[in-house]
Amino acid sequence: MTEPARKLVTAARLTKWVVSGPPFLFLLLFFVIPGIIMVLASFRYPGEFGGLAPLTAADPATLQGVTLETYRFFFSDPIYGQVFVKSIFMALATTLICLTMAYPLALLIARSPKKSRDLMVLLVILPFASNFLIRVYAWMIVLGPQSALSRLVNGLLHGLGMEPVHLLFSPFAVLVAMVYVHLPFMVLPLYTNLEKHDPSLLDAAQDLGASAWQRFWRVTFPLSLPGIFSGSALVFIPVLGMFAVPDILGGTGDMLIGNLIKEQFLGTRDWPFGSTLSIMLTIAVLLIAWLAARLAGRRGSYG
Amino acid sequence: MAQLEIRNVTRRFGDFVAVDNVSLSIEAGEFFTLLGPSGCGKTTILRMIAGFDLPDAGQILLDGKDLADTPAEKRPVHTVFQSYALFPHMTVAQNIAFPLRMARRPAAEIAGMTRQILEQVHLTDKADAYPHELSGGQKQRVALARGLVNRPRLLLLDEPLGALDAKLREEMQIDLINLQRDVGITFVFVTHAQVEALALSHRIAVMDQGRVAQVDEPARLYGYPKTRFVADFIGHINQLEAQVVESTHGHLRLAVAGLGEIIAPPLKDAAVGTKGVFAIRPEQVRIGVHGELDELKNHFAGVVHNLLYRGEVSIYQVELANGAVVEALLPNSAPGKAELFMACDEVKLGWRHDAGMFLRD
Repeated sequence: MTEPARKLVTAARLTKWVVSGPPFLFLLLFFVIPGIIMVLASFRYPGEFGGLAPLTAADPATLQGVTLETYRFFFSDPIYGQVFVKSIFMALATTLICLTMAYPLALLIARSPKKSRDLMVLLVILPFASNFLIRVYAWMIVLGPQSALSRLVNGLLHGLGMEPVHLLFSPFAVLVAMVYVHLPFMVLPLYTNLEKHDPSLLDAAQDLGASAWQRFWRVTFPLSLPGIFSGSALVFIPVLGMFAVPDILGGTGDMLIGNLIKEQFLGTRDWPFGSTLSIMLTIAVLLIAWLAARLAGRRGSYG
Repeated sequence: MAQLEIRNVTRRFGDFVAVDNVSLSIEAGEFFTLLGPSGCGKTTILRMIAGFDLPDAGQILLDGKDLADTPAEKRPVHTVFQSYALFPHMTVAQNIAFPLRMARRPAAEIAGMTRQILEQVHLTDKADAYPHELSGGQKQRVALARGLVNRPRLLLLDEPLGALDAKLREEMQIDLINLQRDVGITFVFVTHAQVEALALSHRIAVMDQGRVAQVDEPARLYGYPKTRFVADFIGHINQLEAQVVESTHGHLRLAVAGLGEIIAPPLKDAAVGTKGVFAIRPEQVRIGVHGELDELKNHFAGVVHNLLYRGEVSIYQVELANGAVVEALLPNSAPGKAELFMACDEVKLGWRHDAGMFLRD
């Protein structure tokens, strides 16, 4: 290799390191290392006042060493499995509702004239301009017993001769707020996908005899699957770990995995069990992601 | 009765008249071409036949039936798009089967028809490939197969060869001619490339600014253009400003300012004094040295201005006494001898009295 060529290669290599270095370090420090600490902590005993019990102690009566106790405990009580199943159902329901609401919206934006699209996308992300907690608290007012909505619903129920219901502090309230908070995360990837579709494909489908309904199901929908999958992942995964929304809007019986994990660290101060729950959550998410990727892979092997 | 009748069709976009009172009739089994520069309205006509656009006035009849109330998906008319518009998530076989499935044909029939058309376009081994795995020419053939498989009454082709490189385009032209003859389906072809139109078509409609300038067979269109626009658009042609000085049954005598008189083929109703141009193709103009070509009725002295070597032919641009430049085309059939004349050579140009034509202004 000549001298200038070698210099070029060295410069390219240096650029690669300088550019990828900071994010690499950041992920190492705040993701990989805490993850390892969490895995290690899950095999320990809890300390008396939070934290972890020592690995070795002079007094043989104190808890010490390494154990599988937390995992045994997790599988011994069906309540934890039930919370997992309930959380997964909540996440699935949120994802499906977001999808059915976001799809027409994303399609509408993608097929609008170019100049109005940016404004519509801005409107979709506008809620992010106000604080997340404030927006969740706002639902307490919207769904509260004295709210116009509650009175309307209960008025209708009364008219039908049925018992009044509490909208707030219920799985319904949690679901509504979950959908509300995560809707933009579904709209944006769907829009990004739909906007790239070649309109001549729809012309071709129509020309070859496809009705409007067939054009959607045979062309638009299959081509939008990558957008559906990424949008669903962006909604499903955060909802599965969410604790703030059920904390604020859920009833006492509406505990989800997120609340359970938060409770272990901040309430009962059982760090090893909290770590175990987090790991089980991660495994659940990875399993579901793997399943989804397999489903997606079977359909979308085109470039 | 023609298979496709376009009757007095007009289409406006705002103030712009894209298609201006166009009438055409296309026979069954014909390879018909709409030829014209971009913006002449040819694609708008195609879109109206396909059903993507509707005329503001006039009628389009297919087999005698007005298409106005038939939506695009119900018309027995399929289109090959310039971009091919193959479905990227379907294999070649699935793409081709699409119109058959839309027509709800039984599965066994779909499989058979797909296999047959794949053989016809020589893509049997690509049946399970996805469009992104194909070359440009292969995509083109899939698009053709998809348009033809359900045997439409008409196949519309919108500049289908535009995206291919020159060599492949020539091969595809031959494939297209053979395919059209084999399937016997009427083709309506849109292009701005006159070479393509001349090579492929049974008849060509030359369009200019939303109107049909001339409809004719390729050879007649090339040999007997009716207007200056058509003469100029189809191939190369030399034009000399001229005026009729004598008009008989046998010939026209034309005066060209600064040059003299030309004897041209007769033209009906060409009164003495009519102004226009004398137009003649470069291959009809002969070139020689002084003393040659004197037997021809039309011969003029000139100076070689430029020489364009094209390989199979050379084009000599010769400046005549009045300053007009006339091109003469000479085949390079003598081996190793391409440049018979050089720039600045004094030469003689001549052509037969029955060559060329007079075109009125």
